[in-house]
Amino acid sequence: MDGPAIAADTRPWRDAAARPFISVHGVTKTFGDFTAVSDVDLDIYKGELFCLLGESGCGKSTLLRMLAGFEQPTAGSITIDGEDMARVPPDRRPTNMMFQSYALFPHMSVEKNVAYGLLREGLKKSEAYARAGDMLRMVKLEKLARRKPDQLSGGQRQRVALARSLVKRPKLLLLDEPLGALDKKLREETQFELIKIQETLGVTFIVVTHDQDEAMTLATRIGVMKDGMIEQIGEPREIYETPRSRFVADFIGTVNLFEGTVEAAAPDMMRIASPELGDVLMPPQEGLTRGQQVWGAVRPERFTLSRKRPEGAQNAWEGVVEEMGYIGHMSQYRVRLASGALIRASQSNRMREEAPISWDERVWLSVPPAAFRVLTQ
Amino acid sequence: MRGWFLPMAVALGFIFLYAPIISLVVFSFNDSRLVTVWGGFSTRWYGELLRDRQILGSAWISLQVAFWSANLAVIVGTLGAFVLTRFGGFTGRLLLTGMITAPLVMPEVITGLSLLLLFVSMELTLGWPAGRGLTTIIIAHTTFCAAFVAVIAQSRLRQMDESLEEAARDLGAGPVRVFFDITLPVIAPALVAGWLLAFTLSLDDLVIASFVSGPGASTLPMVIFSKVRLGVSPDVNALATIIIGFVLVAVIIAGWMMRRAARKSA
Repeated sequence: MDGPAIAADTRPWRDAAARPFISVHGVTKTFGDFTAVSDVDLDIYKGELFCLLGESGCGKSTLLRMLAGFEQPTAGSITIDGEDMARVPPDRRPTNMMFQSYALFPHMSVEKNVAYGLLREGLKKSEAYARAGDMLRMVKLEKLARRKPDQLSGGQRQRVALARSLVKRPKLLLLDEPLGALDKKLREETQFELIKIQETLGVTFIVVTHDQDEAMTLATRIGVMKDGMIEQIGEPREIYETPRSRFVADFIGTVNLFEGTVEAAAPDMMRIASPELGDVLMPPQEGLTRGQQVWGAVRPERFTLSRKRPEGAQNAWEGVVEEMGYIGHMSQYRVRLASGALIRASQSNRMREEAPISWDERVWLSVPPAAFRVLTQ
Repeated sequence: MRGWFLPMAVALGFIFLYAPIISLVVFSFNDSRLVTVWGGFSTRWYGELLRDRQILGSAWISLQVAFWSANLAVIVGTLGAFVLTRFGGFTGRLLLTGMITAPLVMPEVITGLSLLLLFVSMELTLGWPAGRGLTTIIIAHTTFCAAFVAVIAQSRLRQMDESLEEAARDLGAGPVRVFFDITLPVIAPALVAGWLLAFTLSLDDLVIASFVSGPGASTLPMVIFSKVRLGVSPDVNALATIIIGFVLVAVIIAGWMMRRAARKSA
């Protein structure tokens, strides 16, 4: 995959010699019979904005709480900046956390909430409040410093919580669903604000979220979790374009998955026999043998819809538009093939078309072989 | 049927509950020496009450007992509740839960008797408390009031968002600091309510106090009870009216505090 030319030092995970800033090694956490986190290995580098993504109950929050020190790993070790964190209580760790509920102290003013951590550090009152004031200016809340948390809106509370967790300049900031309680519009604005703040302060962020869009927008890298294990770690583009398993492919974005068996594997092309699609050409992949069961994954936007059979197309099928949704910038289609397979395809609406493809029309779907991702699990 | 049944039931219920109290309050303003015969409005029994040294003395003792046992009950009850809600599943947790709430359901006679036996044997072996009086009543009242405080504090601690405490830990406060900086202020309204409840319960108690008090330390309920046994005199009505006033105010404040605390946490 050819990414844009970014200096290698901004992507230390691509450099085998780079030293990770946070190192999670073989960490397992069990609660009674239940295994919340199972043998997780994770290296995170300085200045990263790492997203742990997964459905609720996948262990992402437990992993975050172990980094903060609220839970002790049943097995394995956690190292932050070269220091082993076993037996270090949360109040002595170089980490701060932004809680999902924000956890603002209800009996303290905004200003006191933000200054609390600095006062515990032993800072003089005047200095602590001055630094708290600077932080509140950064999140544009300096006018509300004297208010109590219950006099603030959800978005304002979120910013107080962020200011409070950043004021101590932690080496590592842990954010548990930081935007979960905001409405959609505010969430999108805040995402970019969060990235800006992270870049300005150079603090390493680990964000836990169940929202794939959020993870894709925020993250330098994403760790997709399932059942206490990490399914895949990679840059957002890698996760989307080259998922390692059907779970990841399906979890991030929309995908069409087709089962098939390898029929012929040439060095430049592979032919898969699928009960739903017939013979499909897919990109070659090493290590596959004839007759092996595989899955082909293809994103909806990779399909081209046309009324006539496209000339020279290697993979093309005819079907009927069963459903169509016009979203504005694009249209989504569900096309039923003669084999009964339902294909989700989308087209971006670049031009105002006179007669767009619509319900009950017979259409041709085509997709280049390289658009498929061949999965074995 | 619905039209008249509900208001009627409510009215009957209220009459059943409050008619005796209202008649007591009304007759406290009776001019007649006979308790059951109305002889015109007067406040003379309130004046007479103020001249009664025995009643004033016992009222002072009751207030002292109530004040100190409420203070101690809040401390003991809060610690108990904190341990039960925040220390997870330690050995003996179930036993402690039972022990803390036992005084709520234990017959007062048994509580009183067992405490009396305890105090007597403690005096024989340890030499403390020397004799029975104010101290023993305070200790006895603390034990059963602490149970009520523990129940109130426990429910508040359960409602409280535990991430508040975690956030304070995360910002660099040790566990003791967190308790005083965060936990205590957040549950304070519930503790005030618990204090008022403990104060009222202690002020009301007759049975336990009778067991563990000694000469010269008769509480107000004890004095009233002994007076009534010799025949009800109108000044007792006046005294009862004053007590009802006190208790009413305390209960209203306690209820308001608890409601406010619940609202804040929501």
